[in-house]
Amino acid sequence: MNNRLVELLTEAFWETLHIVAVAGAWTLLGGLLLGTILYITSKTGPKPIALVNAPLGLIVNIGRSAPFVLLMVAVVPLTRLITGTSIGTEAAIVPLTVASIPFFARLVEGALLEVQPGLVEAARSMGASTPALVWRVVLPEATPGLIRGFTVTLVAVVSYSAMAGIVGGGGLGDLAYRYGYQRFQTEYMIWPLVILVVLVQLFQILGDRCARTLDRR
Amino acid sequence: MEPRPSIRLSGVTKRFGDLVALDAVDLDVASGEIFGILGRSGAGKSTLLRTVNLLTRPDTGTVEVDGAELTALHGRALRASRAKTAMIFQHFNLLSNRNAASNVGLPLRFRGTPRAARRERALELLDLVGLSDKAKAYPGQLSGGQRQRLAIARALAADPAVLLSDEATSALDTDTTDEILDLLARLNRELGLTILLITHELEVITRICHRAAVMEAGRFVETGPVHELLADPGSRLGGQARRLAARLLGEEIAHSAAPIVPTGGEER
Repeated sequence: MNNRLVELLTEAFWETLHIVAVAGAWTLLGGLLLGTILYITSKTGPKPIALVNAPLGLIVNIGRSAPFVLLMVAVVPLTRLITGTSIGTEAAIVPLTVASIPFFARLVEGALLEVQPGLVEAARSMGASTPALVWRVVLPEATPGLIRGFTVTLVAVVSYSAMAGIVGGGGLGDLAYRYGYQRFQTEYMIWPLVILVVLVQLFQILGDRCARTLDRR
Repeated sequence: MEPRPSIRLSGVTKRFGDLVALDAVDLDVASGEIFGILGRSGAGKSTLLRTVNLLTRPDTGTVEVDGAELTALHGRALRASRAKTAMIFQHFNLLSNRNAASNVGLPLRFRGTPRAARRERALELLDLVGLSDKAKAYPGQLSGGQRQRLAIARALAADPAVLLSDEATSALDTDTTDEILDLLARLNRELGLTILLITHELEVITRICHRAAVMEAGRFVETGPVHELLADPGSRLGGQARRLAARLLGEEIAHSAAPIVPTGGEER
């Protein structure tokens, strides 16, 4: 491994980590919120409101069906509004977040719907309001499932982040593509890949361990 | 003096589409009484039990608990009224990711009781149901009987006037069923807790109930003190008890003139 490669790899690694951390944090917040609202208002949820659930569900489905490459271009105006630019690492974070929030929101909704209906009924019988019921019963009971869902999302964010190169976002995927693939420098393709594999493994192992520790069933 | 009714349902009707789940049901449960409703699945007993705390709102009729008309309440006032009615379930419905003490404190959490007071009350109640050494255990580490004890402790946390029991022993084996029924009878005696229970098991009725009703197709087909119903071979309860005895002990007893004596209900 020559010095140039090490230098590029180090830089790309931190870029990837930065993108994944920031996009991951916003996705966690946005996805939890959106997924919880989807759960509460769904037909079998604690407070079915079709007028809220149907439009939100549609937005989520649109977000999930748009290919990421197209989405990235489509949200450029939003990216400019938030970051002031449409190229670079920060600019790559916006479309990534926009793409992964609906993805995670569906996983959140699913994890919450998995909570036994009997628990919801029991909380109701104790006089819980809908927010108290969600906050004190449903979310805590669903925590292991939520962590598993977030792990899956984070891995997807890592893989999507490779496409951030299109807007000059940098990162390991971008490095592998430009130096390794386009310039036929095999070494430059293999090493970023190895690091990505290790990173994904690490996320998965950590996520699984957290979920297992918190799961008392 | 006649004790005032703790639960009073008048003309309670509930339909689900074309199905009449409850057909103008009247029910008075006296304070301090254990009242059992026997019926097969689909008879409407589960719906009936849920109208008492208005988890199911009846289409017509009124529900009163402890002198307050619940059917007149909505929103926050209705939720607050649920402190008076606690419920236990066939499948316990405990929070699997919280320990026993935290589960018992849950109803108090919904009322904004501070942590220290919740904990104190939880330990007191765990002691009452014989689980004082299990405060830190998770429901997954407990046996079925212990889980139901825990659910009972949780139900008592907010000092309810009435305990609603939804097939609380149906998921348990015979010995554990007896243990839970003994606990309910003891709480009834010691705390004066009014209990309304639904079951499909005759033994639950004969063992702890003072009065009982038999439910079919959304109506009570007979109501009365358990010992009277059992003594009357013409009643459904008495008939069912005789058939059960015959199945267990052989045919001759079914034709014997001796009345069947309940094991718990006669104390009143």
